[in-house]
Amino acid sequence: MKTIYLDNNATTRIAPEVRKAMTPYLAGLYGNPSSSHRFGSRLRKDTEEARAKVAALIGAEPEEVVFTGSGTESDNTALMSALECSPKKRHLITTKVEHPAVLNFISHLARKGCTATYLPVDGSGRLDMKELIKSVGKDTAAVSIMYANNETGVIFPMAEIAEALRGRGVVFHTDAVQAAGKVRVNVKETPLDMLSISGHKLHAPKGVGALYVRKGLQFHPYIIGGHQESGRRAGTENVASIIGLGRACELALERLEKDSVYLKGLRDRLESEIIRRCPDVRVNGAGAERLPNTVNISFSYIDGEAILLKLDKEGICASSGSACTSGSVEPSHVLRAMAVPVEAIQGSIRFSLSCYNTEAEIEVAADALPGIIKELRDLSPYGRGEKMC
Amino acid sequence: MQVRYFDHAGTTPLDPAVLEAMMPYLRESFGNPMSIYELGGRASAAVQEARADVAALINARPSGVIFTASGAESNNFALRGIALARQNEGKHIIVSKAEHHSVLNSARFLEKQGFIVTYLPIDGYGMVEPETLGKAITKETVLISIILASPEVGTIQPIRELAKMAKEKGIIFHTDAVAAAGQIPIDVKELGVDLLSLSAHQFYGPKGAAALYVREGLRIVPLIYGGIQEGGRRAGTENVPAIAGMGKAAAIARERLSHRIEYLRPLRDRLIEGVKKTDNVYLTGHPAERLPGHASFTVEFVEGEAMLLMMAAKGIYAASGSACSSKALKSSPVLLSMGIPSSVAQGSIVFSLGHENSTDDVEYAITEFSVIAKKLREISPYRGGWGGVEEAEKCIPKK
Repeated sequence: MKTIYLDNNATTRIAPEVRKAMTPYLAGLYGNPSSSHRFGSRLRKDTEEARAKVAALIGAEPEEVVFTGSGTESDNTALMSALECSPKKRHLITTKVEHPAVLNFISHLARKGCTATYLPVDGSGRLDMKELIKSVGKDTAAVSIMYANNETGVIFPMAEIAEALRGRGVVFHTDAVQAAGKVRVNVKETPLDMLSISGHKLHAPKGVGALYVRKGLQFHPYIIGGHQESGRRAGTENVASIIGLGRACELALERLEKDSVYLKGLRDRLESEIIRRCPDVRVNGAGAERLPNTVNISFSYIDGEAILLKLDKEGICASSGSACTSGSVEPSHVLRAMAVPVEAIQGSIRFSLSCYNTEAEIEVAADALPGIIKELRDLSPYGRGEKMC
Repeated sequence: MQVRYFDHAGTTPLDPAVLEAMMPYLRESFGNPMSIYELGGRASAAVQEARADVAALINARPSGVIFTASGAESNNFALRGIALARQNEGKHIIVSKAEHHSVLNSARFLEKQGFIVTYLPIDGYGMVEPETLGKAITKETVLISIILASPEVGTIQPIRELAKMAKEKGIIFHTDAVAAAGQIPIDVKELGVDLLSLSAHQFYGPKGAAALYVREGLRIVPLIYGGIQEGGRRAGTENVPAIAGMGKAAAIARERLSHRIEYLRPLRDRLIEGVKKTDNVYLTGHPAERLPGHASFTVEFVEGEAMLLMMAAKGIYAASGSACSSKALKSSPVLLSMGIPSSVAQGSIVFSLGHENSTDDVEYAITEFSVIAKKLREISPYRGGWGGVEEAEKCIPKK
């Protein structure tokens, strides 16, 4: 059975072009970029080229890009740097729908004496801008607001937020892990201070991420040790994966417009087919601007995990909420913040597409779902229309 | 020109068998280990299998192994994670002067957070003397971190003895085994350590995968927060291919360790004997208690970087000090702590051998080294001896 992979917000397959670019660095080009001999200098040159490609995807200068080990590390680094660089400010602002990499780090910091404001969103997942403006105070060190939501695909208005924060003396960081490579991101047009990227969400390998740090912004490293990354992140450079990230960013930039039209077409098709063929569904975030590849649908009265297992038997990969929390039984914090009714949250499924998906695959998924939903609803102890407790 | 790579302490080539083990996860088995479908399960199984292999290399339980992205991250995690977890019991930390930057700089970071750090002196061999440690321990000491083997001078520390002293006082003991893992047998139980760092690319695994061993039941505050990966102790999507590669590299290292040691020791000894035939060349580090493939020297009256460049022109790739500081072009702090004068430490050269080096490689290196050292010495302003240095320094205009 052929796998139909519709969970690209969890991780993506490595693009063949990316794998090809990485291969030499997994074989003959094995040196340490910090070595002074020829092995080292060749690798330094190649990692700098990759840095320029990552920078180009987001409209940054190469020296504004720091390579890290993951999107999570980028997020942690950004927040900690903002706090270290303004030791008198201890207040952080974020949203109720952030990725755990931001939310859990902030709750850790809150246990250590920081205060945090979690901004609400409306029923469509849109940010409350008034609350944001009201929350910024003299004690605010950083505002961390994601570019696009991993569960619903809802995009936050970065330019508007940057404008609102201008001159307020706060560091503005965004977790753009889901947005980079899917929508146009430009740090020159949208004056951000820091922005996180993760390789494996854009067809680069796992184990590599990047943090954009605006030129001139004070910065404090999180992982300290050697002089790598100009003293901004210690640890021997993961050369092959860095090369892979560079190539993936280059491809993403080339394909961005074409892919986004293609993905939106596929996604809208899947979404409308599900709505047409399955009763009692709701599209979460439908009223907001969304990533072209993501749809989050609630199938009321049934359990999302059960849907996923049935889909898996058909070779279809999707997810309920974020992969990073899938081990927990807690209902999605994102959908709760959007005030989605509990009986709908439990049956929520996220389909996230990539350019490798085909129309035929979407057809297969759309054909498989109505039967699965009906079968599960027939078995459901909650029946249909009765309240879940 | 044939490449003769003698910088295995900097990084090692990837073993083709390791790359093969990684390939499925770079291709079709690309799932996220946290995903509940089969593709995710396959990735998760690969991580668990690798965890068991890495654990076996150091005789730990799989649950004691936490994967990280680098040896530097493991060291940051160990020092900062234990310091934070124990700060109510005391705020004193002990590290040695032989440590890697990632330990030293983590200690300095903790100093800024209000901890008091003792930097233990080392002897002329780069060794920490147990009495020195004994004197440094106070009632406030919560953590001791001492490197297992130095990548710069190859010296293996008496970790068992040092860890025992810590244990008697109820102090947590961490060892940075990045340069040692896969080179010498390591048994965390026998060593008696609470935490141990190791990195895949030091034993023919990929860059980007490393681990921290944490003794069962020991509380550590995470360094990286987010998802619930690694039992909630280290967030971030698992680097599945690299972790699978680390597991394979660990399994191979474990299986071939005694063969590799038997092969490397005589090769190393021959290299030491051959290189020392050149005048004014001294072995650095302990003559016996040293890594099996490690030969490090100071060459008086010449500059290490110049030697490296000339040797590289002959296809010989060695190092001067640790790769992590090689761009800094200053004398190695480890050599200075061993009492080697700064002017001599400038002439440091490190050959770290791997099992793919041949006897021919070593003979070639010996011959070329002798020619290069002599050539450099002829043009050196220091050639007249240390008086020459003073003379030369007189010529430098004072600011």
